[in-house]
Amino acid sequence: MSATRPPVPRFGHGSRVPGWDDAVDLTKDPATVPDPATTPVPPGLKETIVAAMAKYPDRRSAAIPALHAAQEVHGWCSPQAIEEVASVMALTPAYLTAVATFYDMFSTVPKPRNDVYVCTNISCSLLGADEFFEAMLAAAEGNPNVNVKAFECLGACDIAPMASVNGEYVGPLDLADAERIVADLDAGHTVLEHKQLRYRRSADPEVAEEAREFGPPTPEVTEMTDTAGLGPEGDTEDRPGPTAAIEMTSDQLAEHPEPETHVDTDQHPADGEDAQ
Amino acid sequence: MKILFDRIDEPGLNTLAVYQRRGGYESLRKALAMSPEEVTSNLLDSGIRGRGGAGFPMGRKVSFLPHGDMDKYLVCNADESEPGTFKDREIMQKNPHMLIEGLLIASWAAGTSRTFIYIRGEYAHQADILEAAIAEALDAGYIGERILGSDHSVSLVLHRGAGAYICGEETGLLDSLEGKRGNPRLKPPFPAIEGLYHGPTLINNVETLATVPAIIRMGGKEYAELGTETSTGTKLVSVSGDVQRPGNYEIELGISSRELIYGLAGGPPEGREIKFWFPGGSSSPVLTKDDLDVPYDFDSMAKAGSMLGSGAVIVVDDSHTVLEVAMKVAKFYAHESCGKCVPCREGTNWTVKMLERIESGEATPMDLDIMASVQEQIIGNCLCVLGDAMAMPIGSMVEKFRSELEDEIEAARERAEGADLDDVIPIGVADEHAGPFPVH
Repeated sequence: MSATRPPVPRFGHGSRVPGWDDAVDLTKDPATVPDPATTPVPPGLKETIVAAMAKYPDRRSAAIPALHAAQEVHGWCSPQAIEEVASVMALTPAYLTAVATFYDMFSTVPKPRNDVYVCTNISCSLLGADEFFEAMLAAAEGNPNVNVKAFECLGACDIAPMASVNGEYVGPLDLADAERIVADLDAGHTVLEHKQLRYRRSADPEVAEEAREFGPPTPEVTEMTDTAGLGPEGDTEDRPGPTAAIEMTSDQLAEHPEPETHVDTDQHPADGEDAQ
Repeated sequence: MKILFDRIDEPGLNTLAVYQRRGGYESLRKALAMSPEEVTSNLLDSGIRGRGGAGFPMGRKVSFLPHGDMDKYLVCNADESEPGTFKDREIMQKNPHMLIEGLLIASWAAGTSRTFIYIRGEYAHQADILEAAIAEALDAGYIGERILGSDHSVSLVLHRGAGAYICGEETGLLDSLEGKRGNPRLKPPFPAIEGLYHGPTLINNVETLATVPAIIRMGGKEYAELGTETSTGTKLVSVSGDVQRPGNYEIELGISSRELIYGLAGGPPEGREIKFWFPGGSSSPVLTKDDLDVPYDFDSMAKAGSMLGSGAVIVVDDSHTVLEVAMKVAKFYAHESCGKCVPCREGTNWTVKMLERIESGEATPMDLDIMASVQEQIIGNCLCVLGDAMAMPIGSMVEKFRSELEDEIEAARERAEGADLDDVIPIGVADEHAGPFPVH
């Protein structure tokens, strides 16, 4: 048999599996729900989480939106971030850690701020995604602001090989684009604007045929019009969010007072129980 | 005939103004004028089968929900994560109001008052567009209390996931929506009886719901005339991989697969030939170039030994090895297995290890039999079909490309042995390394 076989990597205590290096302190009490009075939460984060909780019949449903918000503030799901979310949501840190470790978009270790997810699944890898991933790693090496991660199918195989840069889908990529992505991120501009998915037209030939009905588009519109109608900067109009759709916002209530006013206080004894 | 892709590239279609100018939300008015039973019977007549992968008739799913006054939920599955699938993305990005209208009609039919769209977290741009569209629909009174003067009240919340393939499985999605890890649940009880927050829940894919306004507009019976008898209507097909024009195509179900791959998507690049293709995402058993004349519909695909799945065709040409694709498939499922059921967690992992053994030249042809038997032991033994989704394509690759894999094993072994000759091992030391596992 082969003597050139590489040694099996060993982790703490001779284990073949990582993650057991640090023993749990069994003398410590299990972490309980952090006291909101003694846990400072950054301004804005608390409001975001409370608004998210209001959208659902069960506050725990807001765990993922809340962790997204906390990761946005802290850069990663740090123990402090989880502690803050736990105190606002009245959940244990263990519960939230279990959730955070399950999903690929949450990082429980520190990471650079800009995320570049390179899809390395079948369709992309058939067209050279693995080579692009290597090039991307090389381009971002030593850059403290770029987090390069190989990701499973991101749902954009029509622009394969592709990557998601801070949520913006770009493709099809060639090896030279790796350097450009890093340069654009460092300079703080929009990344590879000419390759963004949002400008891509439908591939269906009949749709292209129908699109002629819309009249000759002006040159400045054609090239860079978002097929979705939003500009590159996103939706600029300040619209009310879709929170708790059935209930009206306080402003709307002021404008159109509801005829029957005392619905909430009497008919929902369950609400009182929840609050405790 | 375009239903979902009708003038989809019209600028500004994502706004309420353009959608309404094109007759948007008229189907909702028409549906609200009917009784929920009438709407359901239209859905039953249309024969529309779920576009998410399982192909279960939508009308029957709606009719399974219990009647009566209780909290019922409608969830739209927009967690499009099946490798090769990107059809829902285009609908949500370009025509979000069509999805919202479909949701509202379905909620009227099923009598649900709370509605959720679970969108995968990676679709940030699409989620922003949907959120803006929901706000517009809310302002216009399509969502809210007693919509359009009817006695139907409905709320709609967009929920962003955070990256997990398993959350596309309906019960995994429900757990994730309840704020837990996305582990699938034991069925029965099925979600129609006990789903989200223990209430009866209807779960449908984006494409299925986006078709509902057209069904109401045309009438179920007329819609059923499109496509074949058992696979009615049109379907968005995502074609990707080694083709010249990858993208989403709306086809009438039942056209030949050759027409789809060569006619619409342009076939493989010049000078190459199709080696095999996945007809319904990476979870479907592979078909070869001999199967190109199979009609593209649910039943013909099942008869050919595969499945239509989510309607994602991935074409692999002869410049790639079977081993390389099998490795990608197996690694994906091993990474995405939630770990709840042992056959899936261990089976996906060991399949990856066995494939790696082939690559490093340590496998024997017997390993292919072991690999095939591992796949058999996964199928049907777990709470959800994630393990099956790996077992079916890998099993079909071993079956259809056995001789190529055997050649691969032989070639890799020769490569590895060649390397050994350069590295002479002293007698005695070699024996220590002779076991199946290295000792360090």
